[in-house]
Amino acid sequence: MITQWFFTHVDRRGGVAIALLVAIAFLVPLSNLLLPESSPLHIPTYLVSLIGKYLTYALLAVALDLVWGFCGILSLGHGAFFALGGYAMGMYLMRQIGPRGVYADPVLPDFMVFLNWKELPWFWYGFDNFWFAALMVVLVPGVLAFGFGWLAFRSRVTGVYLSIITQALTYALLLAFFRNDMGFGGNNGLTDFKDILGFNVQAGSTRSILFAATALFLALAVFVSSFIIRSKLGKVLVGVRDAENRMRFLGYRVDRYKLFVWTISAMMAGIAGALYVPQVGIINPSEFEPANSIEAVIWVAVGGRGTIVGPIIGAVLVNFGKTYFTAAFPEIWLFALGALFIVVTLFLPKGILGLYGSWRTRLADRAAQKRDSTSQSPVANENVQLTEPQAAE
Amino acid sequence: MKAQDTLLYLDGVSVSFDGFRAINNLSLVLQAGEMRAIIGPNGAGKTTMMDIITGKTRPDCGEVNFNGEVDLTKHDEAEIALLGIGRKFQKPTVFESHTVEDNLVLALSGPRSAFSALFHRQSANEAERIEDILYTIRLNGKRDWLAANLSHGQKQWLEIGMLLAQDPKLLLVDEPVAGMTDAETAETAKLLREIAKTRSVLVVEHDMHFVRELDVKVTCLHEGSVLAEGSLDFVSNDQRVIEVYLGR
Repeated sequence: MITQWFFTHVDRRGGVAIALLVAIAFLVPLSNLLLPESSPLHIPTYLVSLIGKYLTYALLAVALDLVWGFCGILSLGHGAFFALGGYAMGMYLMRQIGPRGVYADPVLPDFMVFLNWKELPWFWYGFDNFWFAALMVVLVPGVLAFGFGWLAFRSRVTGVYLSIITQALTYALLLAFFRNDMGFGGNNGLTDFKDILGFNVQAGSTRSILFAATALFLALAVFVSSFIIRSKLGKVLVGVRDAENRMRFLGYRVDRYKLFVWTISAMMAGIAGALYVPQVGIINPSEFEPANSIEAVIWVAVGGRGTIVGPIIGAVLVNFGKTYFTAAFPEIWLFALGALFIVVTLFLPKGILGLYGSWRTRLADRAAQKRDSTSQSPVANENVQLTEPQAAE
Repeated sequence: MKAQDTLLYLDGVSVSFDGFRAINNLSLVLQAGEMRAIIGPNGAGKTTMMDIITGKTRPDCGEVNFNGEVDLTKHDEAEIALLGIGRKFQKPTVFESHTVEDNLVLALSGPRSAFSALFHRQSANEAERIEDILYTIRLNGKRDWLAANLSHGQKQWLEIGMLLAQDPKLLLVDEPVAGMTDAETAETAKLLREIAKTRSVLVVEHDMHFVRELDVKVTCLHEGSVLAEGSLDFVSNDQRVIEVYLGR
């Protein structure tokens, strides 16, 4: 029953991705914690955190694909929601330091003592509680996205204009968070974390748990995205992407549909940021850099826009490349990234997953031709991800 | 004539864009159940008139009434669509990356809120209506085709099918036979006459042959207002209509 319910909402590709993510959520920590270091299958802790970081990027990419790939909203500011989720988690981690900071103040984080602040600002209240912080991780990006989307979508700001104001949004937040008197640690951001839920953030076991949590949240995001896209709401979103005005004349309130998916996407990005911060050990205003948001767009494009699973592949591959190139040939990384974007735009308009899809269609066509050279398939199946028969609905 | 007796009532409507009067003191009355053909040269304001009725353009002045009581100038596109006014565009606009069936599913009348769409499950009644429409628009063999792969004429029919699915009281149809073959044109005229049995239809068309086939009252627009109105023979014998539109 449950499997049947599952497969009415997720296609085969999504199901495979979810199964793989759940598998690595268990296998990677087990390998790290149980196998001896000499074993060839042992995954060292630094690698667990590194892949964990990539998976948080992948979660951001899935969130971006939901709005860009399926609803045509090209956000160049999704890094802002990611960073806000990260800051919410960072504030919790700061409060956990307690008297172990350099200045040993039981309540105030070090940077506030340094700035001569006497008491905790009101917006830091409650962040000593993990569940309050966890709520803020989704609520703060969600509320910001809702307010922003409410204004932008109701005024029918679309296309490149919307992209530009999302870019402006993240840039404005970058400037704001750089200021010391904002109360978020200014230029240095939040760091020197000690504990999360009572466990040492540096410990291998904590890192493994954080990795597992990231993989599971990513699997959940794939499920939620698939659920949305395969529902009638998903069809409306694709309709908005392809012919927004037509959708209006059918009686749909386009702005509300956009607002819904935009807010959900921002919350996903917030969760990604919150998982990112304990694994890398720092959050600072540079996460609001417009360039970060643009990089996220590249991950989605490389992996395959509008495919849900593609952006995961894109985010992981591009970041592996980044890690390798910035260590081996630091001066050519940006050229490589630029070249990658050009190659994808020119030769792989549907990304890696699209390439795989068209390769499979070609094989199937060839097989069909062999079987019967006169008949031909009526459905030229280019948009594989949208046209699978949905008999179960 | 009073607004209450009619389905669509336009009175003294004007709108201008950058000083150009696209619609100039236009008045038009459409009875419930009536089919009307609108003709007129390019730039006569035919499409702008449809924009005003469907809420895409706000008139500068004048009265636009639907169903006797609703002031259409106070509603947006989505609300007007829900009131029961469907529109077919000049260029066929179907959702190309959806299948023929999904195009109809999206158009099918019913709740339009995001939340209901998220948890929507197709009922037997809805499936039956889609089946009927697929049959009416002669696309029942192509329900799983991507709309992008349909021919031009089939796209036009799919769009008419989507209008039927919306179940409107008033249909606005902009150049339904542009680019169609003669056989398709005749078929479309038949389809529209069938539709007009149960609802009001406003057709904009250049193809005089097609208008003759519809056999309904004709309104000729020119420079944003009504030039002549009546049977096709009456209108096409009007000296001014011949001068500005039909050609000497």
